[in-house]
Amino acid sequence: MGMLKDMGHREKIGLALIAVALMALPFVLASAGTAWVRIMNFAVLFVLLSLGLNIVVGFAGLLDLGYVAFYAVGAYVYALLASPHFGLHLPFWVILPIGAAVACVAGVILGAPTLRLRGDYLAIVTLGFGEIVRIFMNNLSNPINITNGPKGINRIDSFQIGPVNFAGSDTLAGLVFSGPIKYYYFLMLVLLAVIVINRRLQDSRIGRAWVAIREDEVAAKASGINTRNIKLLAFAMGASFGGIAGGMFAAMQTFVSPESFVLNESIMILAMVVLGGMGNIWGVIAGAVLLSFVPELLRYTVEPVQMALFGKMLVDPEVLRMLVFGLALVLTMRFRPAGLWPETRHRRELSENRA
Amino acid sequence: MSAVLLEARGIGKRFGGVQALKDVSLTIKSGEIYGLIGPNGAGKTTLFNVFTGLYPRDDGEVLFGGSPLHLESPHEVAAAGIARTFQNIRLFGNMTARENVMVGRHVRTRAGVVGAMLRTRAERTEETAIRRRADELLHYVGIADRADDLARHLSYGDQRRLEIARALATEPKLLALDEPAAGMNATETAGLRDLIEGLRRDGLTVLLIEHDVKLVLGLCDRVAVLDYGQKIAEDVPEAVRANPKVIEAYLGTSAH
Repeated sequence: MGMLKDMGHREKIGLALIAVALMALPFVLASAGTAWVRIMNFAVLFVLLSLGLNIVVGFAGLLDLGYVAFYAVGAYVYALLASPHFGLHLPFWVILPIGAAVACVAGVILGAPTLRLRGDYLAIVTLGFGEIVRIFMNNLSNPINITNGPKGINRIDSFQIGPVNFAGSDTLAGLVFSGPIKYYYFLMLVLLAVIVINRRLQDSRIGRAWVAIREDEVAAKASGINTRNIKLLAFAMGASFGGIAGGMFAAMQTFVSPESFVLNESIMILAMVVLGGMGNIWGVIAGAVLLSFVPELLRYTVEPVQMALFGKMLVDPEVLRMLVFGLALVLTMRFRPAGLWPETRHRRELSENRA
Repeated sequence: MSAVLLEARGIGKRFGGVQALKDVSLTIKSGEIYGLIGPNGAGKTTLFNVFTGLYPRDDGEVLFGGSPLHLESPHEVAAAGIARTFQNIRLFGNMTARENVMVGRHVRTRAGVVGAMLRTRAERTEETAIRRRADELLHYVGIADRADDLARHLSYGDQRRLEIARALATEPKLLALDEPAAGMNATETAGLRDLIEGLRRDGLTVLLIEHDVKLVLGLCDRVAVLDYGQKIAEDVPEAVRANPKVIEAYLGTSAH
């Protein structure tokens, strides 16, 4: 990997320490309860989704409010191909690429009619698309039962690698690998791949074309960029990442229903990208982890704290969660409009404006 | 002189009820600097936008290098070999100067998503070549020392030069410059003039829209004059300067 060659000694040691910490993390979390490992896994899932959306919104500058549709497509592809619903039980390494491919096609189908739209108009159309997909999932139970409607599909197969099933626990060298811990390691591998792919795309001919379109579409056209194809490519790439994340979601939950793919989820993912720093991979990761973890921390701390202070529950954690969430966004937009950890270009732009 | 590079026949363009261009025909020969002048609103930039595919035309056709130019998509025009700059500079502001020029190489390179994801040998070789060519072009237009600065941080004159470098990166046969001297001071204009003459020496054909009449008449091999969307003259600079129609339409009002 070219990245490693450019690094100094210190950075290599730092990277190794982070890697070791990430390897040990699930066991630390498991000591606080398996629920925390699950929460971590969902945080990683959201990191994957945010990185996918970052291609569309951060790189190419196309505001997509229906991104959760591709997550849904990936999840349903997995659910249909690995559950008793159709009696199909394909292995996950076959389904995940299929899910990515189907989501990719869905991305192109969404992208095609929106090519001439920008900004607000694009946001509205993509928002509609996201809802259409969800409503499809809700209603495709008649006359032929494909998605099982609002009831959703359950008893979805967990990952299976050789004799190791991700549903149960295995003990290796005295360590207990619970299902979520196994998913965690798998997610980490996928995440690593997605980060590498993202970085490579960013520094490539295609990545430059995306940014050029974001910066000035007319100039991009006049400079010889086929903006139609390059935009569709951004939609397709972003959607594929969403599809893979969706497949993993279905396997981890062993249950999918249209309820999981509401507009709120799209907005959440977009908030992660914006809060973290559009265009910057590390910022987006930070935003996704933060917005996934803080609500869960609140959920687990608000109740005991209130009981200890007042002896009774005054504020429901769920209410507080949305409050804190909204406040965080408002404060970010006020004090760090380019995100917590913006892309270098945006950061320079920002510091210059302040001066 | 040499062969015809671009031949426009009967170009017409309407915006609603306004006839912006009417039956404009002109020929640009290989290796010459062809000037396009005319009063404000005469249709110069409109003609430019038609040539480069940004506006769909209503009538006429354009032959480029002998074959009809597909004017419906700007990127195909760029691929055919026409590059342009904009009157109000349009750079990719939040990209570095080098990246701006590297974008210009897009149309002459081919690495796709898969190549980029896998960092194939072909992709890396191409990236190196793109970067080297970009640095050469930045050097050529004289802003090599600004390569790593954001385009939006360059001075006005340097932004103009960067736009030319980006256009050159597409390997054009015809470089179309839309008022490159607009807003420039005398020193910057002189520098631009040297740059354009250098382009001609290197065999490039240049189409130049300019308000600076002195620059146009001094630099161009032939000049066409547009007035109210129609071509009223096309000749060598001396003849255009003496043309009574031109004096009436343009020089007469602006010079004295």
